Amino acid sequence: MSFDGRFGEFGGAFVPELLQPALDALDAAFREASRSETFTRELEGLLATWAGRPTPLTKLRRLDVGGARIYLKREDLLHGGAHKTNQVVAQALLAMKMGKTRLIAETGAGQHGVATAMVGAMFGLSVRIYMGAVDVARQRPNVDRMRLFGAEVVAVDSGTARLRDAVNEALRDWAESYPDTHYVLGTAAGPHPYPSLVRAFQRVIGREAKAQFLEAEGALPDVVVACVGGGSNAIGLFADFIEEPGVELVGAEAGGRGSKVGDHAASITRGTLGVLHGTRTLLLQDEEGQVAATHSISAGLDYPAVGPEHAHLAATGRARYVAVDDQAALDAFRKLARFEGILPALESSHAVAAALAIAAERQGARLLVGLSGRGDKDLATVMAADASTEGSR
Amino acid sequence: MNRFDSMFSRLEGERRGAFVPFVVLGHPDLEASGRALDLLARSGADAIEVGLPFSDPIADGPTIQRATTRALAKGATPSRCFEVVARFRSSHPDVPLGLLTYANLVVRPGVDAFYAAAGRAGIDAVLVADVPHREARPFAEAAKSAGVAPVLLAPADAPAAALEAIATLGEAFTYVLARRGVTGVRSELHLDHARTFDALAKLGAPPPLMGFGISEPSHVRAALTAGARGVIVGSKCVAILDREADEETRLAELGRYVASMKAET
Repeated sequence: MSFDGRFGEFGGAFVPELLQPALDALDAAFREASRSETFTRELEGLLATWAGRPTPLTKLRRLDVGGARIYLKREDLLHGGAHKTNQVVAQALLAMKMGKTRLIAETGAGQHGVATAMVGAMFGLSVRIYMGAVDVARQRPNVDRMRLFGAEVVAVDSGTARLRDAVNEALRDWAESYPDTHYVLGTAAGPHPYPSLVRAFQRVIGREAKAQFLEAEGALPDVVVACVGGGSNAIGLFADFIEEPGVELVGAEAGGRGSKVGDHAASITRGTLGVLHGTRTLLLQDEEGQVAATHSISAGLDYPAVGPEHAHLAATGRARYVAVDDQAALDAFRKLARFEGILPALESSHAVAAALAIAAERQGARLLVGLSGRGDKDLATVMAADASTEGSR
Repeated sequence: MNRFDSMFSRLEGERRGAFVPFVVLGHPDLEASGRALDLLARSGADAIEVGLPFSDPIADGPTIQRATTRALAKGATPSRCFEVVARFRSSHPDVPLGLLTYANLVVRPGVDAFYAAAGRAGIDAVLVADVPHREARPFAEAAKSAGVAPVLLAPADAPAAALEAIATLGEAFTYVLARRGVTGVRSELHLDHARTFDALAKLGAPPPLMGFGISEPSHVRAALTAGARGVIVGSKCVAILDREADEETRLAELGRYVASMKAET
C-alpha cells in the first residue's frame, strides 16, 4: 500500500496547482475513512444490501480447458453489472463527508458512468458523466441507463473522442468545480491519492476470491488473471495475492488489431515512461511525447496509459502482462456464452482469453479469473463483428 | 540577468505594467506562427508567452485546445516549434519569451535535454502546467542548470505552504491565476487577490503576472490595481489567429488588439 503516492519510479500527482488542495482534502478524507469503523460498516452494509456482495466464484463446467480448473470471480453479478460499483459507493461516501453535492466522472465502456449515476441517484447527488463520442455510439445501452438514473451524459468530441478525452474533460470541469464537486475517478490511475484509494476499495474482490478459492480447492490458485485498462479490477483482484510468492499474476491488455501504434492499447507491453492524467506511468506515445491514438474492440480497455502500480508490478516482475487481441477476446466471449451460459464484458473477455491460453499450456493448473463485468452492453459490437466475419468468409 | 528581470526594471521606471500575449507555437501553422510572434513584438508586447502543443492539454479551454489540435495536425512537433522560437530570437534579441507546456513533453526527451533545448532556442522561462509545487523540484533544478527560469502557477486560494514553495522554486515571474478553471475568455472577472499578492511579496516571490480569463481592457486595469505587475492574455489572441480570414486581416486585428491592451497598462 502506498501512502505517498509512489510505486517505485511511477505514480505521483501531476495536476495543475489549482487542484492540489482538492486532492489533499480527498487524501485526508480517505485516510480518516480507512481508520474509521463507522465508515467501514456503512460501506460494507451498502455493498451487501444494495450492491449484492459477496459475489460468487463460479467454476467452469463445460468449456474445454485441457484439464485445468478455472474459476471466475463474478463481478458481472454485482449491481450495475461490473466491479466499478465497489469503489464508487466508497467515493460517494467520501464526497458526502467532504460536503460535496455534485459528482463528475469519466467513462469508457460506460460501466463506471453507470455506477456513478446509480450511486448518485441513491444518495441524491447531482451527476455529470463525460464519455467519448465514439464510446457513446458503441455503448448505447449504458448511455440510456445513465440518463434513466438522472445523470447528465456529455459526449466528448475533442481529441480522439474516447476514454482519454473524457478524462481530460472531467479534469477541466473539476478545475472549475472542485469547491462543491467530487471527481469520481474510475480506475486505479490518475494523481495520488486515486491509485491507492481505488485499490483499497476494490481490494474486496481479491479478498473474497481468495477465501472462496481456498474453500473450493483447498489451495491458492497457481495463476490469477485479470484484464487491465486503467487497472482497477486487476489491482483489486491482485492485491491480496501480491504477497503470495507462489501465485503468478497475469494482466491482459488490449492487443487490438495489430502491433502498430494506433492499433492497440497495450500500454505496459508496448509503452514507454511518461506522464498522463496526473501520474507518471507507462504510456503509448510518439518519440516527442504526444500521446498516441489507441484501438480496442472494448471501450473500457481503450486507454493509452495504465495505473502506476501496474507499471511498477511489471517493472519488478511481480506481475506479467500480455496483449490479447480483439479476435481472441471475441472468441472467448462466444465460448463463455455458448458453453457456460455467461455473457462476459468484452473487457473481461480479454482475461478469459488469456486464461484459456495459459490453461492450454499447463495441464492441471488452477486459475482464478476476474470476470469484471457483464457483456449485455457489448451485444451490438459483437453482432457487428460476427457480421463482418461472415461477410469475409 | 534574465530578460524578464530587465523587462520588470524597465517597466518599473515607466510606472507601467507588462502586457504579455500568449499564442500557440505552430498555430495556425509553423510559418504563420513565426510571423505572429514578429507581429506581437512589433505591436507593443512587453514579453511573449508561447504554448508548446501537447495532445492532451488538460489546463486549456476549447479555444486553445482547438488551436493545439490544428497546430499538431500541421506538424508542430517540439523540435520544429523550437526552430520557430530560435528564428524569432535571432531577430528579437531582447524580447522575453516564456514557454508553457505539459509534463509529458518534458519527461519524454528527458528533463535535462528538454530544458537544454528550450534554452538553446532562446526561451527564458518555462511553466509546466501539470507540475504542481510538490512535483516541481526536479523540473526547477534542471531548468536552472540549463539557464532557464522555472515558473510556477499560484492559484488565488493556494495554502500558505504552497505559496512558500512557489516563491522559493520560481524565477522570472509568478503566474497568478485570475480565477479557477481552465484557460478561456470571460466577460466578468472578480478579483480577490490581495492576500495572494501580499503573501507572494512577503515571501520574495518573483513578480506576479496574472492570467486565465483576462481578455478586455478593463481586466488589465483591474489586474494591475489588484497588485499584478502585468497580465498574460491567451485565448483572445489565439481566437483572433484562429479566425476564418486571410492572414493579413488576422494579423492586423491582432496588432490592434495588442496595442489596445498595452495602452491600458
